[in-house]
Amino acid sequence: MADVTLRGVYKDFGSTRVIHGVDLDIKKGEFIVFVGPSGCGKSTLLRLIAGLEDITDGELYIDEALVNQRSPKERKIAMVFQSYALYPHMSVFENMAFGLELSKVSKEEIFKKVAETAEILELTPLLNRKPKQLSGGQRQRVAIGRAIVRNPKVFLFDEPLSNLDAALRVQMRIEIAKLHREMNATMVYVTHDQTEAMTLADRIVVLNAGRVEQVGSPLELYHRPQNAFVAGFIGSPKMNFIKSSVVSLQERGVEVALPGGGTVIASVAADGVATGDQVKVGIRPEHLSVSAEGPMTGVVEVIESLGESHFLYVRDANGTLVTVQGKGDTRLKNGDTIALEVPGSLCHVFRKDDTALPRAFDADIGHHTPAHAASELV
Amino acid sequence: MTQTMKRRIQTGVLYALILCVVVLSIFPFYYAVLSSFRSGTELFSSSLVPDFSTIDNYIGIFTAQPFGTNILNSIIVATSVVVLSLFIAVTASYALARISFRGRGLLLMTILSVSMFPQVAILSGMFELIRALGVYNSLPGLIIPNTVLTLPFTVWVLTTFMRELPKELEEAALVDGASSWTIVRRVFLPLMWPALVTTGLLAFIAAWNEFLFALTFTLSNDVRTVPVAIALMSGASEFELPWGRIMAASVVVTVPIVVLVLVFQRKIVAGLTAGAVKG
Repeated sequence: MADVTLRGVYKDFGSTRVIHGVDLDIKKGEFIVFVGPSGCGKSTLLRLIAGLEDITDGELYIDEALVNQRSPKERKIAMVFQSYALYPHMSVFENMAFGLELSKVSKEEIFKKVAETAEILELTPLLNRKPKQLSGGQRQRVAIGRAIVRNPKVFLFDEPLSNLDAALRVQMRIEIAKLHREMNATMVYVTHDQTEAMTLADRIVVLNAGRVEQVGSPLELYHRPQNAFVAGFIGSPKMNFIKSSVVSLQERGVEVALPGGGTVIASVAADGVATGDQVKVGIRPEHLSVSAEGPMTGVVEVIESLGESHFLYVRDANGTLVTVQGKGDTRLKNGDTIALEVPGSLCHVFRKDDTALPRAFDADIGHHTPAHAASELV
Repeated sequence: MTQTMKRRIQTGVLYALILCVVVLSIFPFYYAVLSSFRSGTELFSSSLVPDFSTIDNYIGIFTAQPFGTNILNSIIVATSVVVLSLFIAVTASYALARISFRGRGLLLMTILSVSMFPQVAILSGMFELIRALGVYNSLPGLIIPNTVLTLPFTVWVLTTFMRELPKELEEAALVDGASSWTIVRRVFLPLMWPALVTTGLLAFIAAWNEFLFALTFTLSNDVRTVPVAIALMSGASEFELPWGRIMAASVVVTVPIVVLVLVFQRKIVAGLTAGAVKG
């Protein structure tokens, strides 16, 4: 368990800068998840913390000690790799014991620790097997076991579940969450899967092109994205962005135009916008609903039915494709013209530079349904 | 013509070609075996029927001259060359494959082009080197040039092989606290057996058969290796070439190589194709 602190961390590969001055405070026992599109530098940042890449500029502290120049071992970190990276010629036991053996731990101690870890991860019957005789999930558990056994200060996970099939991924996700709770260890986890990010993280770090876009708890990012990038990245399906302009500034919020002539009063502070300004309105598919008197109209282009829910892809009056998520089945057909209810309390408004207007919405986060929120407005 | 006929002819042609290849490659060796059991005027008989009536030639090479010593020399030289060049090549290939430094590509290309030099081109330079080191006419004087001769090949093959090993394995070992030397010894070496056996065996064969250096850098018969000893075998008078003995000696030194290759055959193939397809 340890604090990890990054101060103005830069990384260049040759003349290409891939990490642009990252500041981050990771607290003891916290589960931090780095997310971002591929190539955003999330794995590089993790490798900088691990000590597998040199930091070009800036400072990295683990428990108050500057560790820029220290080897991975001296940093007392453990890492779980995407490809597991088990030593193919060693048995499960030897794989887990290798690090301890190199640290000159006594034979009995190694045996005890490996046995304990194997017990936790249910690997005891497999200790004499070679990695190639194990299934994907078992290999992943061995890789995690190899990390746990050394009792590191910080656990680093580099997309550890992306090589597993969907069912196994859910199971391992739960196991990792359980592990974090039981060990109460500092964990840094890289993934591009936002379900993993949302379910595992204490705090999520959203990265884009080597910069931190926002740091916050999963629901904070969901409800209060600071910019259009975070708003679009967190949440599935993606948030709808509608080109719009400010109609008027009101006490309850900002009135914005919707395609098709209607308007909605978004519950956001009118910070740095004036009437007539071009803005982007963000609204999540799960917050839109079909309603006869809705302020926004469009034509249904594609319907996807999943049984428990359905997605409507609606072409609005400006020609933008808007996604609407509804519960259960729908009786609508392709080509139907529909009106959409846009709850103002759940709208996000972004300035021209893609930064978000602060949302007035601050009731207890996470208990809002569109209907609920809409009634609040009245 | 029916399909069956056509297929039969195709098979026939195939086997005829195989027979040609086999005869061409086996015949010289067969002739050597044949001649090694003949003596006197029998040697000039054109009969191809084996006749194992006399083993005088085999006894002769060990009694009339120090051929046992020559074999021992060859074994010492070839084994040392294998050990030395594998050790240097493994460590060098780790650096060349895993550590990025300025001029790495240039160095690799240089190593590759050096391996293409004809031996004669470096002979005089090597001779100066051997004299300077004071190892002329001694076994180390053969081990050093042979190692130099085999190194480019072994380094190149092992570097290619080492590059194929996943980078994460090395990083996992780093995180586990392994030093570079530990990584090479405990993680990479066990995974490189097929490549080591292949390159080691090829280096052994090269050193075993090497003639030019062995001829140039030795003076007395007791430090000569087998190929030179065979070439310099002389008969009772300077007008007589002891063909029988030369053939017997050739057979004696070829057999160990053939046995080695047969034993490691599977490994060689595995080594040469390793990395081509991920297993």
